Amino acid sequence: MRVLGLYNYWIFIFLMMVGFYILISRRNLVKKILGLNIFQTSVFIFYISMGKITGGTAPILVEGAEAVVYSNPLPHVLILTAIVVGVSTTAVALALVVRIKEAYGTIEGDEISAMDNQIPF
Amino acid sequence: MLNHLPILQVIVPLMVAPIAALVRRRGGAWLLAVFATWTSLGIAILLLRQVLDGGTIIYSLGGWAAPWGIEYRVDMVSAYVLVIVAGVGAIVTPYALMSVRREVGVKQAPLLYSALLLCLTGLLGITITGDVFNLFVFLEISSISAYALIAMGPDRRALHAAYKYLIMGSIGATFIVIGIGMLYIMTGTLNMADLAVRLPSVGGRTVSVAFAFLAVGISLKLALFPLHAWLPDAYTYAPSTVTAFLASTATKVAVYMLVRVFFTVFGIAFSFQTMNLDRVLLPLALLAILSASVTAIYQKNVKRLLAYSSVAQVGYMILGISLASVTGLTAGLIHLFNHALMKGALFMAVGAVMYQVGSVRIEAMNGLGRRMPWTMAAFVAAGLSLIGIPLTVGFISKWFLVLAAVEKGMWLVAVAVLVGSLLAIVYVWKVVEAAYFRQYVGSLEVREAPLSLLLPTWVLVLASVYFGVDASLTAGVARMAAEFLMGVAP
Amino acid sequence: MSDQIILRVATKIIVPTILLYALYVQFHGDYGPGGGFQAGVIFSAAFILYALVFGLRRTHRVLPTWVVRGCASAGVLLYGGVGLASMVMGGAFLDYGVLAHDPKHGQHYGILLVELGVMITVFGVMVTIFYFFAARGREDL
Repeated sequence: MRVLGLYNYWIFIFLMMVGFYILISRRNLVKKILGLNIFQTSVFIFYISMGKITGGTAPILVEGAEAVVYSNPLPHVLILTAIVVGVSTTAVALALVVRIKEAYGTIEGDEISAMDNQIPF
Repeated sequence: MLNHLPILQVIVPLMVAPIAALVRRRGGAWLLAVFATWTSLGIAILLLRQVLDGGTIIYSLGGWAAPWGIEYRVDMVSAYVLVIVAGVGAIVTPYALMSVRREVGVKQAPLLYSALLLCLTGLLGITITGDVFNLFVFLEISSISAYALIAMGPDRRALHAAYKYLIMGSIGATFIVIGIGMLYIMTGTLNMADLAVRLPSVGGRTVSVAFAFLAVGISLKLALFPLHAWLPDAYTYAPSTVTAFLASTATKVAVYMLVRVFFTVFGIAFSFQTMNLDRVLLPLALLAILSASVTAIYQKNVKRLLAYSSVAQVGYMILGISLASVTGLTAGLIHLFNHALMKGALFMAVGAVMYQVGSVRIEAMNGLGRRMPWTMAAFVAAGLSLIGIPLTVGFISKWFLVLAAVEKGMWLVAVAVLVGSLLAIVYVWKVVEAAYFRQYVGSLEVREAPLSLLLPTWVLVLASVYFGVDASLTAGVARMAAEFLMGVAP
Repeated sequence: MSDQIILRVATKIIVPTILLYALYVQFHGDYGPGGGFQAGVIFSAAFILYALVFGLRRTHRVLPTWVVRGCASAGVLLYGGVGLASMVMGGAFLDYGVLAHDPKHGQHYGILLVELGVMITVFGVMVTIFYFFAARGREDL
């Protein structure tokens, strides 16, 4: 039962593997970015599930009540930073894909590699 | 002011970067970048001197002491790498003025300088921080600005190269963050010194898995064979200034990360005896040296040749580190400094050729020995250093590496190092032969490169000769850093 | 899309509400979920909604490109400036306690200003990214 109780971590591993598989198996550039996003989202779930304390409530100070068990607020802050990093990476990746589409006319990775290898630099 | 130096090291480029992005005046962004990089170099040298005199410097951000707050910890190794990174930044930025104008254009130049300063901020931050999550944040700052910098190359293939680097680099960074999360679960702290104290008492599978994730993630950033696939394209198609900057700094800082995580956080006993890291790193390093050098021989593009050579040189650094002795670590750390000098000079010389001729294929370098004498002389001098001729810095690194290998009784490793040098002779000779023994067949009237491109190149070449003749400063600091790292074993 | 009357009227009602909600999230960051990044994104979402319904040209009139780019840089400078100010006033970098007459108020001011810097930068960057993507392929913008 202990193994089933850790379902958070099973979800993390499942999402991580799904995201990683999409990243390495799909040749379409936008699909790779989606895979990267799923991969990074799995890490968020990992951090948040490790911050939860059994019986803990959300880590916001409750006025007036003493002896309240709070969940750990540090992973929440770490994840906020990691989300911003993920958003920035996705933004740069999508900007690159837009410019690749204009320069090459396609966003399939293997077609682009074929075009790259034609003209020696 | 003097006790705020650790944070100023990071803040100066960070705050000049947004100002540089807004400046419209021609050359204004460049002036700001020169100011920021030279100030960073001054701060780095002051920090090195403070550490040499007084020992490790600790600076707590926000006044919160560790382990509640983030602290910046400057010890021997950090100060050494800081000087390398800040020095390369300070030398590449004056070089950038004309090269960037030709390859990237005047309109986009302010954005390039802004991204360069942000990349420098990230690299300096990785080196100076004492908190693992702060390390990840600075790593991503430097990586994302590096992706943008590479995409500014003149050829359209720069875009695809930047995209591939982005995907692989993000995988590496995400692995690192998973490793950090696992370490946090087991110990409850993110401070490196605190982790080093707590990790030996919590064993278990999670720590081993965290070790593995961190190893793979950092190796991706390091371009350790076989995770180096992003490097050749990224270095080839990026603007020359960017290649010179990234080749001399990004992989070095990743080597620093490896040393910091595996020697300081995990400890030598855990990394090398329990997890047998040396048995993984040593064969990969040897494969990197031999296969990358052989691949470099078959390249027709000089930048690509030098990129594969960089993969081989990273192999040398990892070889020294995986030997896990004081001499081995000294060899790895010295090669960090020397390779920054050599590759910086080589890529800047090739950038000067690109500026004058417009192409960097080996055929384009035919006959340039006569028409661009100073540029090709710089290339030859730095190439000799790459091979490891005595009186150059390359010889010092190879000497220490062979010494470290022989000390451990690994004669085959010493032979492999020498074979690597022989292979380097072949690929350096390819370019030298084209430059000096063939006739120039182009139609352009090619003259010598302008002084602003030549001077920084020759500064690095002369430094590589000076530190090859008198290696007491660099070898002394590297040895002190190595002894410090080995001495912190739990 | 501005010929659709429902969209037009609804947008005109919703946009101020979104802006107000963004400010609420911003200032309640230390009492509840919220903070600079979320507030910046919600604030920029209002402008993006306006651009989607009323067109990019009108949005450029409301929020020209130079303002947005300036915002992106100004936020970083504000954040760094707060850190430098605390250094000048005697504490470490980002030591909020020295910013006001007593540490509690100093912390309050410090966090407010820092989150404001984050919000301004995030807003500037999000709208810049939107302008970049939306103007691709259109010669007039």
